[in-house]
Amino acid sequence: MWIEIKTKETSKDVRKEGLQQAINEDLCLKAEAAETSDIYVIQGSYSTKEAENIAKAMSDQIVQQFGINNQLYSKGAWVVIVRYKPQITDPVEQSILKLVEDTGLAAESATIMQKYIIKNATEEQIKAICEGLLANENTQQYGYGFETVNVKAFLTTAATAAAAEKEEELVSTIKITRASDRELERISKENTLSLTLEEMKAIQAHFKKLRREPTDAELETVAQTWSEHCKHKTFNSQMELELYDSSGKKTTETISNLFRETIVAATSNIAKRKEWKNNLVSVFKDNAGIIKFDEENCIAFKVETHNHPSALDPYGGAATGIGGVIRDVLGAGLGAKPIFSTDVFCFANPNYNEKLPKGVLHPKRTFKGVVSGVRDYGNRMGIPTINGSITFHNSYLAPLVYCGTAGIMPRWAVKKSPKPGDLIVVVGGKTGKDGLHGATFSSTELNEGLTTSVVQIGNAIEEKKMLDAILEARDRKLYNAITDCGAGGFSSAVGEMGKNLGADVELSQVPLKHGGMKPWEIWLSESQERMVVSVPEKNLQKLREICEKEGTGIAVIGSFTATKKLIVKQKSRTVAELDMGFLHNGLPKQKRKAVYREMKAKNSAQQRQKSGGNNNEILKKLLAMPSIASKEWVIRQYDHEVQANTIIKPLTGAANDGPSDASVVRPVSGSRKGIAVANGINPRYGIISPYWMAAAAIDEALRNIVATGGRISKTAILDNFCWANTDEPERLGTLVMAAKACKDFATAYGTPFISGKDSLHNEVFSDGKRIPILDTLLISAVAVIDDIENIVTMDVKKEGSSLYLIGETKNEMGGSHYSELAGLGLKEGNAPTIDAAKSKATFTAVEEAIKGKTVLACHDVSEGGIAVALAEMCFAGEIGADVELRNVPHNGDAINDTVVLFSESQTRFVAEVEKGKEAMFEDAMKKCGCSYGMIGKTKGKRLVISGSAGKIIDTNIKELKDAWQGTLKW
Amino acid sequence: MKQVRTLVIRAAGTNCNNETARAFELAGAQADQAHINELIKGSKKLQDYQMLAIPGGFSYGDDLGSGKVLANQLTLKLRQQLEDFVNSGKLTIGICNGFQVIIKMGLLPALNGLYVQNATLTNNGSGKFEDRWVWMKAENNSIFTRGIRRIYLPVNHGEGKFVANAEVIRQLQKERLVKLKYCDEKGNETMQYPYNPNNSMLGIAAVTNKEGNVFGMMPHPEKFVTKYTHPRWTREELPEEGEGLKIFRNMVEYADKELV
Repeated sequence: MWIEIKTKETSKDVRKEGLQQAINEDLCLKAEAAETSDIYVIQGSYSTKEAENIAKAMSDQIVQQFGINNQLYSKGAWVVIVRYKPQITDPVEQSILKLVEDTGLAAESATIMQKYIIKNATEEQIKAICEGLLANENTQQYGYGFETVNVKAFLTTAATAAAAEKEEELVSTIKITRASDRELERISKENTLSLTLEEMKAIQAHFKKLRREPTDAELETVAQTWSEHCKHKTFNSQMELELYDSSGKKTTETISNLFRETIVAATSNIAKRKEWKNNLVSVFKDNAGIIKFDEENCIAFKVETHNHPSALDPYGGAATGIGGVIRDVLGAGLGAKPIFSTDVFCFANPNYNEKLPKGVLHPKRTFKGVVSGVRDYGNRMGIPTINGSITFHNSYLAPLVYCGTAGIMPRWAVKKSPKPGDLIVVVGGKTGKDGLHGATFSSTELNEGLTTSVVQIGNAIEEKKMLDAILEARDRKLYNAITDCGAGGFSSAVGEMGKNLGADVELSQVPLKHGGMKPWEIWLSESQERMVVSVPEKNLQKLREICEKEGTGIAVIGSFTATKKLIVKQKSRTVAELDMGFLHNGLPKQKRKAVYREMKAKNSAQQRQKSGGNNNEILKKLLAMPSIASKEWVIRQYDHEVQANTIIKPLTGAANDGPSDASVVRPVSGSRKGIAVANGINPRYGIISPYWMAAAAIDEALRNIVATGGRISKTAILDNFCWANTDEPERLGTLVMAAKACKDFATAYGTPFISGKDSLHNEVFSDGKRIPILDTLLISAVAVIDDIENIVTMDVKKEGSSLYLIGETKNEMGGSHYSELAGLGLKEGNAPTIDAAKSKATFTAVEEAIKGKTVLACHDVSEGGIAVALAEMCFAGEIGADVELRNVPHNGDAINDTVVLFSESQTRFVAEVEKGKEAMFEDAMKKCGCSYGMIGKTKGKRLVISGSAGKIIDTNIKELKDAWQGTLKW
Repeated sequence: MKQVRTLVIRAAGTNCNNETARAFELAGAQADQAHINELIKGSKKLQDYQMLAIPGGFSYGDDLGSGKVLANQLTLKLRQQLEDFVNSGKLTIGICNGFQVIIKMGLLPALNGLYVQNATLTNNGSGKFEDRWVWMKAENNSIFTRGIRRIYLPVNHGEGKFVANAEVIRQLQKERLVKLKYCDEKGNETMQYPYNPNNSMLGIAAVTNKEGNVFGMMPHPEKFVTKYTHPRWTREELPEEGEGLKIFRNMVEYADKELV
């Protein structure tokens, strides 16, 4: 039986309107979207009356109408239907089955389709609409016909699809012990193992010693465990670095382990200092970094990347990215309750109009899809999305999608330890064929021939049910350890948890979505929304009752042992038997060569010549650049209020629409303490210097925290490196330089890294051409705010206050937005550099001034320089300003008005100081020895800036706001 | 004094249950939470409470339309209990998803008796989920809105557009059942976006039934019980207590006087 539900003609069909807009604006076609509807095919036998009851329960009689078993016919128009591919589980199916069941009837399965009626289009245009707007071929299938379309052809279910596959040997062995080097490489490639020859040889040697061949499951398990995703092989490898300075002089350096010598070294150093001695709770070893919040609670924070899946399916990739990082936090220690999310994206320009490489989605479609994915998953989970940023550059045809989540947990719950004899229990969703090879797939570049089994869509409600069950079980102390089923599925989760113990697993106990799965597929499947917990047998019944109440799945799939062996069986037949020692320590250490050539600073004479243009227009154009422009269209689609603890929202000011620096939640209601979150990301500077790019990312994240009233001594940071192919020595060289900056500046500022992530193969590979992304480091910062009364926001508050510029301005136009706008090329000029000691003094001065209650508003100076910072403060507060540039502190080197307005020098702030409190404010500045200057007063509704040549900017702040708000608005 | 008791019902996908319970506690009530499965099983009963709250979220993912699956479940599985509860004059509030649920199951406005749907909440005029703060003008003659003239709260929804046929709208006006209407910052009723964030008919943000004991609203009063969640607390002088708490206080005071 199928039920078709559509909007009544008297009501507004928003989906139709959205489609019409996209047909006209995105595809530039004149076709007419005439009608949309949903079709639910429900397997079961029903009388006419029963079918009608189901249809009534499913539809909204006020605005919708339904039909049962209607022919899909539309005179003189095209009929299109779209559905998820059979192997992908549509989350709506569960809700339909639930509804039918509540109605007192039975249903076996349901298939969901969308139907569209489109008029005035050629067949070619229909195809373009299907492929460009309606269906993503990586996850969905579509069919169309003139006047009618055959539904039956669309009714293959996951079960029938799987059953139709040829029955093969359930467990097969792969002959590697006698394979030649070439054959080993072929085996790695054909099975998407992403293992190097050296690694294949280590596996070969191991099995030679055992005198047998590995099974498919064993080889896959080793490949997952040894993947870049899980082991961070690049960061942990030994490197020979060749360094050429700008004059070409070469020096060499041996790095025995990049991760330990940079990121970890910084944290170890800081961990001994008094600010952090008792506050760093768990770093680098768990699913998330954990710091102390107050006497009772800790905060766990993790930021993940989900780049490759989002490139293929922006919606599903972003949604499962969020879902994954939520599980990271839920799987940290004994589990933390998520309290906020942060999302940072990098896309190519939404108005990209060059020919797209084959298989690459248009950046605007990617952008919209990613935002929808975050919205639908995050909002459904009830976790406020309070922070983020979006960077646009045409290298990001391979998009970057960073998803972060923080959680709160009681201090007793920060440690986990599975015990031998504990049951291995899976809680949450069922296991299916979706998402095989995610961990190894992320180690390859995106090319045309990728299969879709790596992509999956998320089911937020499945995850919410699981989360509710887990948090109750945590508080009742029903388990000894927990971890998420992420990349590598059970193989990673069980393998990691049982690392020092041993584990026996029986795969026949795993609840499956559908039949036709081979044992290794069950073992490796990356189906979402599953957690593995280590449960003492005596607690099992209580855990079952909780899961039953919440309506989430639970199954015992084995037990932890003391054998140091990982034994996986399917109905007592051995699928894998691996030595934990080999699995976790057998990976041969890699040696790599890295090369870095310092760029000669080019003369920045050009910028000086450009000085004197129409600065009003330049400022408006800068504000309208997509990376700087308002992200309100995105932000408002995210729920940032849920949990009722968001005290500084991503948008702020007189009309709730200015750009906040950091956002803040107060996770314990009634407490004076808050948690601030911010980020820093500056890939453009990396074109000139990866070292200074990384330093600037840290600086920017901290500026945002400090501008909001946080302190750097209470701030912990996370690193997320997204690079192109680091197998190239020159690319690896830039990674090394960025990591060195991370060490230097985290150490100097005293902000420890507590967790991180790297994603190292971000490039599009098509038609023999590589399009690498810019080297991109995201720094995410989380800070404990001791007293929320100290918080300030960036919007100008009053007329007649004094405006101060804090920090030193230098001629650093390299990689700046001004340079890009002026068409100067991003390599022109110097990238911003930082004197750590001076910067630290600047941070301290701002912290003290804010604490001393002299500051009404504070904003960091970043993209677009002082001009953009002032404009944002003014239009957010709906109050203008009169500013004189001559009082801006600078280092005297090649400074002119243009440089002062638009240079992106680091560690600078603009502060609005309350009238009468200037002396107090200046005392704080002087005490800390930082550069500052009183640059003007707040006044009226215009931003007026005078430079050496008189008034160089004089414009209504409303016009500035309009320019800033006009770009990303659909 | 015997404390007033509230039951906050949750289901798969409900996500405002904790802050809703917290708001009732701040207003002086005892607030328990129950999963719908516990009510169906009978381990918790509505009759033990004077107030019932169906909070916001995405029950069952809002698949098939917001609140549909939970509305169907409540109608079929708790029909008698709910009917007894409502008919006894006890208080029910549905907020956001909870409002969507009770309007779709016909608990509200119930112009033709219980379980007959008169109106609905459907896709926002803007076609997307939106999070923003809105002003509303109150009709201050109900149990829930007593003493409120204007109120400022956040909306966080994708399906909040109030729709009904002309006859229903006429009756709602005649019986004065519309209790909150979107307005501009000066208090003028308006259909203009984004003041009216979802293009609701008549700018309707909240309605009650004829008896006045069942109330549904799209905006979230539980999100504004302290000044710190106000979007402009860093630039305006505000009282410590948020405006949303008044609605919960009204309920608790009424229940304390009339229902305990």
